[in-house]
Amino acid sequence: MTEESKPVAAIAGTLEALVGEVLAEARRQGATAAEASASVSQGLAVTVRLGVVETVEHTRDKGLGITLYFGKQSGSASTSDLRIEAVRDTVRAAASIARHTAADDCSGLADPESLAHSIPDLDLHHPWNPGADEAIEVATACEQAARAADPRIRNSEGASLSSHEGLEVYGNTNGFMGAVASTRHGLSCAVVAQDDSGMQRDYWYSVTRDASDLESRESVGRRAAERALRRLSARKLSTRQTPVLYEAPVASSLLSHFVGAVRGANLYREASFLLGQLGKTVFAPWVRLYERPHLRKALGSAPFDNEGVATRDRDLVRDGSLLGYVLDSYSARKLHMTTTGNAGGVHNLTIQPGTDDLPDLIARMHTGLLVTELIGFGVNSVTGDYSRGAAGFWVEGGQIQYPVEEITIAGNLLDMFRHMVAVGRDVDLRGNIRTGSILIENMTLAGS
Amino acid sequence: MSALLNQARRALLEPAGIGDTEIERLMGALLGYRLDYADLYFQYSRHESWTLEEGQVKTGSHNIEQGVGVRAVSGEKTGFAYSDEIMFPALIEAATAARAIAHRGGGPAVPVIWHPSPVHELYQPLDPLESLEDGDKVRLLEQVEAEARRQDGRVKQVMASLSGVQEIVLLMRSDGVLAADVRPLVRLNVTVIVEQGGRREQGSHGGGGRFSYHDFISMGAAETYAREAVRQAVVNLDAGPAPAGTMKVVLGPGWPGILLHEAIGHGLEGDFNRKGTSAFSGRIGERVASAECTVVDDGSLPGRRGSLSVDDEGTPTQQTVLIEKGILRCYLQDLLNARLMGMAPTGNGRRESYAHIPMPRMTNTFMLAGRHDPREIIESVDKGLYAVNFGGGQVDITSGKFVFSTSEAYLIENGRITRPVRGATLIGNGPDVLTRVTRVGSDIQLDSGVGTCGKEGQSIPVGVGQPTLLVDGLTVGGTHES
Repeated sequence: MTEESKPVAAIAGTLEALVGEVLAEARRQGATAAEASASVSQGLAVTVRLGVVETVEHTRDKGLGITLYFGKQSGSASTSDLRIEAVRDTVRAAASIARHTAADDCSGLADPESLAHSIPDLDLHHPWNPGADEAIEVATACEQAARAADPRIRNSEGASLSSHEGLEVYGNTNGFMGAVASTRHGLSCAVVAQDDSGMQRDYWYSVTRDASDLESRESVGRRAAERALRRLSARKLSTRQTPVLYEAPVASSLLSHFVGAVRGANLYREASFLLGQLGKTVFAPWVRLYERPHLRKALGSAPFDNEGVATRDRDLVRDGSLLGYVLDSYSARKLHMTTTGNAGGVHNLTIQPGTDDLPDLIARMHTGLLVTELIGFGVNSVTGDYSRGAAGFWVEGGQIQYPVEEITIAGNLLDMFRHMVAVGRDVDLRGNIRTGSILIENMTLAGS
Repeated sequence: MSALLNQARRALLEPAGIGDTEIERLMGALLGYRLDYADLYFQYSRHESWTLEEGQVKTGSHNIEQGVGVRAVSGEKTGFAYSDEIMFPALIEAATAARAIAHRGGGPAVPVIWHPSPVHELYQPLDPLESLEDGDKVRLLEQVEAEARRQDGRVKQVMASLSGVQEIVLLMRSDGVLAADVRPLVRLNVTVIVEQGGRREQGSHGGGGRFSYHDFISMGAAETYAREAVRQAVVNLDAGPAPAGTMKVVLGPGWPGILLHEAIGHGLEGDFNRKGTSAFSGRIGERVASAECTVVDDGSLPGRRGSLSVDDEGTPTQQTVLIEKGILRCYLQDLLNARLMGMAPTGNGRRESYAHIPMPRMTNTFMLAGRHDPREIIESVDKGLYAVNFGGGQVDITSGKFVFSTSEAYLIENGRITRPVRGATLIGNGPDVLTRVTRVGSDIQLDSGVGTCGKEGQSIPVGVGQPTLLVDGLTVGGTHES
């Protein structure tokens, strides 16, 4: 784009004023309390496929959301139109809903003493604004590195570069007002390897707050190619019981199932297989899980949660024992507990890394399945029953033997958590859940 | 059609003071560049949802979104920008950003005459949010709760939600095609948790389509959905371990058609086939299913969740035969991929919203009825799995491997349905799974209107359906080795 958009820091004041105005409007319309958030974001994403530009996308979004309360009744509304008349209509829509909802003793703003008093700078905002030409150049070089890696890389879904910048402001009628500016830059590549055995696609990506921390274009491309190539000539396995090693990028899904099971909403609805497990052993005794919301530049960092509650370092699991849930104010009140600052989710949830690298874990497993891809949604959060499609590698004698596909792995999550054998030090930092590869003692593998 | 166009203009253009002159200048800004095609997609949508838990409707939400997507296409290149302000300066800015993929000069002429695209009348251009008083929406959810509790004393939790959306779209294409649509969409859902002897299980049911909330009342949806959710949950209280391994699988009618969506549908989308990255690439005319199988995608069914009077690129929807008696006939196309492949568009160009680029997507995808009595199909199986309800599914387009996960399934032993089993994921290979369909039932059924399909971050409503099917060998991902 030729014209320069305003830097987000310059509009923080405007957004705060808007949130203030919305809260005031809610009061005028009779609300006893209200909370509102406003956001703006802008960005660019380009995709280059087979050396040719495929898409150039400019994104620019804004939005405003409000929840207001008449005593213990509540209603929410949101709009992308921030003109004053639309904002008033939005408040009116929330009020109209609130009048029809039932009074709920647990509803309301976060308790004032839980709100963040100071807002630490977590170094999340590193604007780049590469412009379409530079973005195309990076994506082109990335894809070229993948295609040059091996003659069997015969096709491509392309390489993409994206860069986004945003600002979010949250305020409530207990006097809280906070703004967080952040950026997110990503480079990804997906290619298709082909030989007589057929086609296999795989990908690699890097995502960071600061573009200078991105993995190099050559590395992203080369790893995408390596991952596609190593899947060629995949076989099906026969049905068996086997140890399963989750490669770090897919291991995070195991911990996200844990987070789902200790979320307040699933606990007070009794819809969790971890119901009533607080203080009990839910993981193998060596497991420690903790949250680190204030890591500088990290993707899951946040100075306060979606209700303005201060986020804090804490342990969720120590020595395998469950120490805490993932709560917002509402679910905390339902459970007669206090909020854990997790309205909106967890922040850099981490499993304490072990000392082994992936090859060490493969050797340690000796015989079993290394899973590098999972597909499907076969997880029951009420019972913990787990059954998902998988692809990866069969391991024997501590060495990878051959790629495998069209198999499933199944078990029960509580049982899997308790039988975690080890976690690697190969921690994947590309998300909100940080884990190395995870070895599970035994699961049922279904195949031919 | 002209009524729809007028309604769309009134909702989208008039409040912004955008008239013919502004549209002409906007198109002019795009078409001064070497483009093959450009379009403007105006959209307004209003969405609400009400949720009930613990016997009370405690929360509701209301959301308004509007904006314009501007797309410029040159060869295989797409430039795209959008604005969430329907205001002339913002539109010019978006057009300037989108056209930057092309060089100045020599584009198509700005259309002088607009041609309204013919559209089906598959649904009323109504606003479902206004179709019922808010108090009655709350009462509908309370009825769901009451019915679920009445069904069985083991019901511990009832969660129900009601949502509705009205979408008004207006599309202007550089070739002069003009299309408008007003799309209602409603949904009612219920999830229950039952408990017996310390064991908890859940069951869910729901439905909806492009109609008004009133239709839920006239079809007695509160009662039927609640009963069905409770029935499923109670069945699962007695479920034993699911089997593990490859076996005969009988899929029930209706929603199990998610098989077709994952195994076949995605792999036949035009973008993957143009790029040659689908396991189905270059296979038109080849056998990909048994002669029992005819599979279609049909966006022109009245009132269905996956239906559209006209797609998001102004192409009227149609019934497209994908597989005819086992032979692959056709891909699903949008304008870009149809043009680049030298094929006809099939009315499958869809987008989540103005802020997303259109791509080939499914509408309602289903298999036509066969000649077998569904009872006889079950009786023909010595040992296998009978799966009647599913959660979600997913596919790897390139390898063709797909999964879908059961939420209600039974063992078949000696031709009889014997015991319920726990949820399990089924996995297969798209290009050959249908070649192992040995029997197709006469009981074609479409799903109740709950499907949402995700692709490249865009979610859209879809439908599926099928008759009872026997697949002679599908891998079942349970925990019990037999």
